[in-house]
Amino acid sequence: MAAPMLRRCSNWLRIRKLCLGKAAELHGRAAPVAASALCREAKEPASKKSRDASWAAVVGLEIHAQICSNSKLFSRSQVQFAAPPNSLVSFFDASLPGTLPVLNRRCVEAAVVTGLALNCTINKKSLFDRKHYFYADLPAGYQITQQRLPIAVNGTLSYSFCVGKNQSEVITRTVRIKQIQLEQDSGKSLHDDLRNQTLIDLNRAGVGLMEVVMEPDMCCGEEAAAAVRELQLILQTLGSSQANMAEGQLRVDANVSVHRPGQPYGVRTEVKNINSARFLAKAIDYEIRRQIEELENGGTVLNETRTFDFKLGCTVAMRDKEGKQDYRFMPEPNLPPLILHDATSLPAHANPQQVVDIDQLRENLPDLPSAKRAKLVERYGIQPQHSFTLLNEDGLMEFFETVMKATEMNPRKVVGWILTDMLGYLKKHNLTIKESPISPSLLAELLNLLGSGRISSPAAKQVLEEMWKGEGKTPALIVKEKELELIRDRNELEHICQAVMGDHQNEVAEIKKGNQKVLNRLIGQVQKKTRGRADPALVKEILEKLLS
Amino acid sequence: MLRASIREISAALKEGQVSPTELCQKCLSLIKATRFLNAYITVAEETALKQAEASEKRYKKGQSLGPLDGIPVAVKDNFSTAGIETTCASLMLKGYVPPFNATVVQKLLAQGAILLGKTNLDEFAMGSGSTDGAFGPVRNPWSYSRQYKEKCLQNPKTQNEDGNWLITGGSSGGSAAAVSSFTCFAALGSDTGGSTRNPASLCGVVGLKPTYGLVSRHGLIPLVNSMDVPGILTRCVDDAATILGVLGGHDLKDSTTVQDPFQPFQLPSLTELKNLCIGIPKEYNAPGLSRETLALWSKAADLFEKAGANVVEVSLPHTSYSIVCYHVLCAAEVASNMARFDGLEYGHRSSVDKSTEALYAATRREGFNDVVRGRILSGNYFLLKQNYEKYFLKAQKVRRLIATDFANVFSSGVDILLTPTTLNHTVPYREFIKEDNRTRSTQDDIFTQAANMAGLPAVSVPSALSEEGLPIGLQFIGRAFQEAQLLTVAKWLENQVQFPAIQLERIVDHLDIVSHQEQSAFFS
Repeated sequence: MAAPMLRRCSNWLRIRKLCLGKAAELHGRAAPVAASALCREAKEPASKKSRDASWAAVVGLEIHAQICSNSKLFSRSQVQFAAPPNSLVSFFDASLPGTLPVLNRRCVEAAVVTGLALNCTINKKSLFDRKHYFYADLPAGYQITQQRLPIAVNGTLSYSFCVGKNQSEVITRTVRIKQIQLEQDSGKSLHDDLRNQTLIDLNRAGVGLMEVVMEPDMCCGEEAAAAVRELQLILQTLGSSQANMAEGQLRVDANVSVHRPGQPYGVRTEVKNINSARFLAKAIDYEIRRQIEELENGGTVLNETRTFDFKLGCTVAMRDKEGKQDYRFMPEPNLPPLILHDATSLPAHANPQQVVDIDQLRENLPDLPSAKRAKLVERYGIQPQHSFTLLNEDGLMEFFETVMKATEMNPRKVVGWILTDMLGYLKKHNLTIKESPISPSLLAELLNLLGSGRISSPAAKQVLEEMWKGEGKTPALIVKEKELELIRDRNELEHICQAVMGDHQNEVAEIKKGNQKVLNRLIGQVQKKTRGRADPALVKEILEKLLS
Repeated sequence: MLRASIREISAALKEGQVSPTELCQKCLSLIKATRFLNAYITVAEETALKQAEASEKRYKKGQSLGPLDGIPVAVKDNFSTAGIETTCASLMLKGYVPPFNATVVQKLLAQGAILLGKTNLDEFAMGSGSTDGAFGPVRNPWSYSRQYKEKCLQNPKTQNEDGNWLITGGSSGGSAAAVSSFTCFAALGSDTGGSTRNPASLCGVVGLKPTYGLVSRHGLIPLVNSMDVPGILTRCVDDAATILGVLGGHDLKDSTTVQDPFQPFQLPSLTELKNLCIGIPKEYNAPGLSRETLALWSKAADLFEKAGANVVEVSLPHTSYSIVCYHVLCAAEVASNMARFDGLEYGHRSSVDKSTEALYAATRREGFNDVVRGRILSGNYFLLKQNYEKYFLKAQKVRRLIATDFANVFSSGVDILLTPTTLNHTVPYREFIKEDNRTRSTQDDIFTQAANMAGLPAVSVPSALSEEGLPIGLQFIGRAFQEAQLLTVAKWLENQVQFPAIQLERIVDHLDIVSHQEQSAFFS
């Protein structure tokens, strides 16, 4: 690139350092969305303080999803997270005068499939507009977006969340999608207060975004978090966005207001910069509580933009110059209307590179998460809430299904092993299922040993523990080396049981007096002696026989 | 030799009568000798000579790239040129060297054309005089012509002192002056409201504004994206067709160019005008139209009629609303397009650095002239939420009506419209600057901007000298993408009127070392 553009090169190098620091902090795996207490209050008013029940909250979301594409929305620059600052900047991205936008077909298709998955009407004609504001990371002084006629409108998103004891009750709700619009991302500004300077990284400038605007159909943080989670899964399934919040591929702004039921909606605030799934519900619920308190204390809610401070756990008003800004929208004159086709409007000799066929994209839509869950429940008879967990992590469902193919074990039990033992371990070691040292086939082998009665359940856990070490030993080998095979020889077990009874005369006496509960203590002692290798059913039978 | 047309000089290059290097050197010398015209902002002597050398090698090997190989051309300084400063005649872009070529520049270079330099203009092409640039006004070569001087001597009122030099029109005045003074064989201008045709008319050269969407705007630093078109300035209509043949066609980098294949064409000489219908829009007989121009216009109409064409009076009823709507749309897009000049990525940056906002404000105040700032201000006003419908949307609606006016006329059987290009011939700089830029633009673009509003092709053809010995142009407006027909008709008129060549003997001849004998070979 031209020398004049690089004149802040040394500054940009410093950005990189800052960037990496920030990235490292954010890189920790996103914890599952926390359930929000407030939402529960709203749903079970009888058990709660009357104060909260007399207020209703309204939550709407605007979600920016970065489109998963090789190049940017209007230029050929690569899209890549955490690349060296200003290394992915074309002449257009830097707004060199005379450069023109050229629409990326892949981004259009991503928006169309997302629209289809969200049951939207796809507009066969949509338009681009310029939204003007001065900011250092917006080099052209305007953002190209779709203000007047977006690519998709009027959709719905169904999402569910689990409530109740053991999270066993699944509640399903629907939020209306107002529109999906294509637009450019901005660059990144890093303010160096110490040296009183701002560093600009334009790698992100011009990356394609889908802005998904949801109607205010939600009433608490938990609902919003569940809706966002479902959207995230849909985007990932479609491949239209990687939707990784930690990497900024999914950004959520929430519009929040409260009112008395039956009264008109209250004044709303916009909570911005909720860049982590973990804080989404917290930020919204905090804001709802804040507004209620404000109103109950005789105050008013201002129409303002607030930001969520995750360290303090509260929302803070932003210096609100932006809110009242006039964006001076204008049609983008360098882009003709975006025309999409379906089977009926497809020109006879159209160059496939030049047209986007909605019907074809619809035909090739993959199974969406809701369909996948229904199939899991139907095919394997597992609990609905478990189908959610299986879908919640990328690759987990596939892991489960691969295990199922290689084992005869009851699917519910398999789910138990995967969701309790496997996930628990993975979480402890901060690994994803795809990084698991235990492959589905190894787990299946272990479960088959358990299922066929060759090892006990505690022994299986011991084997699993050994398998985590990732030494590649098969479960059978571990069982053999550690002598964990179940002792099923009646004579051998009788000897052991007699020895235990001899060592525990008191217990034997109690049982003989009729206290059958103490039997378990003896069984435990047998297991202790055999290091869990005794067949529990057989031990019980033998002890009962010997004690009778 | 420098007076030759592209076809003639191309033949001379082919036959070896002159080498590309010789030709390039002659042009460079003439540019130096005519420095006082201020037609060029940057002269790219070194790269031009290198290009000429490469061209010469090709000719020697018999591998000429075509009719433009070795032909010196100039480019308005609002087209991006890789490695050559591109200023838009603004302090804002002083020192800005683009890292890429505009598509039209690239296409000329790919044909072997020699890029001599970048021509002067009104700042960011905002003006109709080429008087409002950061590097001073352009002088019209006709100020120094024998034709004009002789008339001046006859009229004691217009003593031709130096202060009485004439303006070129604008905003592509540098390109028009460059072509008119023989420093190059063709030049690129840009045409948003008449910026190519207006100076062409005032400098006695051909100025073509192609159909919107036929020629790529990629690399042209925009004034009004929805109206800008790269323009072509040449000394005859055939040359304009030759250049258009190189420039036209779809460009992946400009989504507003049409995808239909474009075929370069040669112009036939019309012998039969029977099937031609020429429309004379009555609304173009506007207040301020000079007696002489009106007479010329009507004489041209008579010529067509006598030759057998069907000449009819037509009406473009919304014409009078056009210029004011043009100004609203122009200002709005200007406000938007100029937003990128903030001093951060490129161009001028103020030393005021209290805050980013202060830096923006100071940079833009220092970098832009009053005209640019004025248009930014009014454009932003028109785009405010509360004004958008009242101004911008309404102007767009009127724009549609104006396009419909033309469509109606063309669908009624009219092939080509014949109109004046400007109200009058050029005026002295002293006169011109009595009015402000906005007033002048309103008057000067009156006949030209409607074609931009409708996206239609239009060409100004020098048609006669006025009583003062100054050129007057007439304009043809054609159907969209019917450049071949438009230029064929323009060429017919060109042949009929035999517009006299500018006589710049004192300036040109001592440089043009070619013998009279050789000259007569071209102009026998």
